[in-house]
Amino acid sequence: MTQGDAATDPSMTDHMRDGQMVTADGTPLKASLKRAERRRKIIALLFVAPLLVFLMISFIIPIGQMMFRSVDNPQITSTLPRTLEAMEAWDGQGLPDEPVYAALAADLTIAQENRTVGQLAVRLNYEISAARGALTRTARQVSNMEAPYKEKFLDAHRLWGNPEIFQIIKREGRPLTASYYVSALDRTYDADGNIVLQNENRRIYVDLYIRTLLMSLGITFLTLLLGFPISFLMSSLPMRYANLLMIFVLLPFWTSLLVRTTAWIVLLQQQGVINELLVWAGFISSDNRLGMIHNMTGTIIAMTHILLPFMVLPLYSVMKTIPPSYVRAARSLGANPWVAFWRVYVPQTLPGIGAGAVLVFIISIGYYITPALVGGQSGQMISNLIAYHMQTSLNWGLAAALGTILLVGVLVLYWVYNKLVGADIKLG
Amino acid sequence: MNKPMLKMLGVTSAVSLLAVSAVQAQDPVRLTIVSWGGAYTQSQVRAYHEPYAEANPHITIVNDDGSANALAGLRAQSQAGNVTWDLVDMLPSDAQLACDEGIIMPIDHDAMLAPAPDGTPASQDFLPGSLGECFIPQIVYSTVVTFNTEMFPEDNQPSSIADFFNVDDFPGRRAIQNRPGGNLEWALFADGVHPDDIYDVLETPEGVDRAFAKLDTIKDNLVFWTEGAQSPQLLADQEVAFSTGYNGRIFDAAEVEGQPFAIIWDGQIVEWDGWVIPYGPNQEAVLEYVYWATDTQRLADQAKFISYGPARASSAPLVGEHADLGIDMNSHMPTNPDNYFSPIVLDNDFWTDYGDELRERFANWMLR
Repeated sequence: MTQGDAATDPSMTDHMRDGQMVTADGTPLKASLKRAERRRKIIALLFVAPLLVFLMISFIIPIGQMMFRSVDNPQITSTLPRTLEAMEAWDGQGLPDEPVYAALAADLTIAQENRTVGQLAVRLNYEISAARGALTRTARQVSNMEAPYKEKFLDAHRLWGNPEIFQIIKREGRPLTASYYVSALDRTYDADGNIVLQNENRRIYVDLYIRTLLMSLGITFLTLLLGFPISFLMSSLPMRYANLLMIFVLLPFWTSLLVRTTAWIVLLQQQGVINELLVWAGFISSDNRLGMIHNMTGTIIAMTHILLPFMVLPLYSVMKTIPPSYVRAARSLGANPWVAFWRVYVPQTLPGIGAGAVLVFIISIGYYITPALVGGQSGQMISNLIAYHMQTSLNWGLAAALGTILLVGVLVLYWVYNKLVGADIKLG
Repeated sequence: MNKPMLKMLGVTSAVSLLAVSAVQAQDPVRLTIVSWGGAYTQSQVRAYHEPYAEANPHITIVNDDGSANALAGLRAQSQAGNVTWDLVDMLPSDAQLACDEGIIMPIDHDAMLAPAPDGTPASQDFLPGSLGECFIPQIVYSTVVTFNTEMFPEDNQPSSIADFFNVDDFPGRRAIQNRPGGNLEWALFADGVHPDDIYDVLETPEGVDRAFAKLDTIKDNLVFWTEGAQSPQLLADQEVAFSTGYNGRIFDAAEVEGQPFAIIWDGQIVEWDGWVIPYGPNQEAVLEYVYWATDTQRLADQAKFISYGPARASSAPLVGEHADLGIDMNSHMPTNPDNYFSPIVLDNDFWTDYGDELRERFANWMLR
């Protein structure tokens, strides 16, 4: 109710003062309502506050930091300020002149004292091989150098005679960089600073993204194929048998991931149980044992098994609520069993299929332990390379860029999926 | 800390060892020592930590198995301004990186490390090329090609890296690590490049092409391993006929578990492993510890528990029998002259300069 309405209504004068509605104790109703509303909001906020704080600290801030790391580029601007200034006069063609080398010498002298040359060297080595050696070795000698510096630098390391290193310093001499994303998409910069495709024998990531996507789709489909009948069976059995089956589904869920993965290695390897059985039964000869592990097949088999419960649980919970009378009604109205199943039963399970498919797909797109153990080279996924750059190569910028692309890709896919399947997704 | 003071420190630590009772009144100190875990940490515990703690009751040593991510850990601790590690076991390439970043202590080797028993200063006693600006080597380990002897007839056992690349005469699958380091060196070595020239060849694009072309010849027979424990497992399961691997783990599988493995010492790839000292909370105590734990006898003692060679020349004659198995460890040392006939010494400078590019190319090659 607006103020204007209240003022023109003569029947409400008891609760009116100065044209405003008031409560019994005389405060304006609007303010009182607002206060009550605010109190409710605060109480509601207090209820969720622990979770909110937890999510902020453990989820949102780290992800924000990770995304920032993928563009953060402080090493060159902070270590080589004089060089960057001197390079403004350089046209980017051929080698720069003496003032640039002199400024570089001054910057490296300070960097060597402050021990910041290491991080600069690592950063530049991502752009051009041998930059690390050029910088650390030159920095160790630079305090003994005297003008003219250009000659001394050319003697100290061959890279100082290559215009490319200066083009890179100039291009990357900014606090933010796109170069991690350029690398993560198998692109690189050419001599003129244009983004071009990486040399064919160094392209990795785009193919891996596509493979990760296809494998995740395949695994989702397989879990659905295997999970649908078992969920159907469980939902139609009496409770105690259904519970027993449920335990069989959940049992692998309760065992350690590593144990399950290792068990698959024992079963699938060339001297493993399955191959031994096939050879013994005479289906294959001993020289032609099937390669079912340390390749993509191994990853798909093991991950389908591990992720099956994520499909079965939502499916089962939805199927449990579908009254059997619908299918019976369809049958009594003349539908044959297939039509009754396909046109009446399956549409009602869609929320479960939607939820299960999203769960399995999103978990598998970021999976990493199982592909690392049983994937060989053809069964690796993008997360294995992210882990590699986090832990081994320590190129956190590239790892962050790869992770951000994966995250954005998953969000886009989820958005599209949500448009297609709509509000029917029922998680859990 | 200046040099004379460090010398003094060294002397005091030596004296304190002679007069154990004198140090018992000191305040308790907890040293956090970071290493690789497993059998390797165990060998350090038995050779260094336990005897040292016994002689210095005020010292408690806490083991942390963080070496696999040591550089990341050191960076994070120093950025946060809260260094909790006192001593870290790491590879020389990472040590040089940490040194360039100024997050670990530069080492004055002759002042901070014990001389050999005959008085040779530390800088000459440690094996040539092993000492780093901030790095104190403990052991020499090697990456070797191993095969399962049961998978080849007795009269046709492989014996060289060339055999490893010869699929016709030595059929079977081969497991290699999923990264270029070592594999490219072996490819060139098998292709006839002398060990001393390998890195000169690899520095040229033609050399890299040549190495990959050689790897292509066995690609259909390759399996890739990631973790060190996988290689003895793959061999034991006869999943592969050959595997590259760390000699210490192969020794464990062959001698302790009795697996039928034989090491091909031809073209073994040799690298150091050792200590670095971060700017941690107990610097004096840790310097005393390092002075003692890297002396000639201690390095020789470690070889009683694991088959890695001591990094001091003066330790070699003291290497004896395995503490539990009673077998002579000398023949299992990578540095034994019978094994050290064609070693490839891993060039960390090369890998820090070209590693980023070659790892990308190797990953691309694996995925194809």
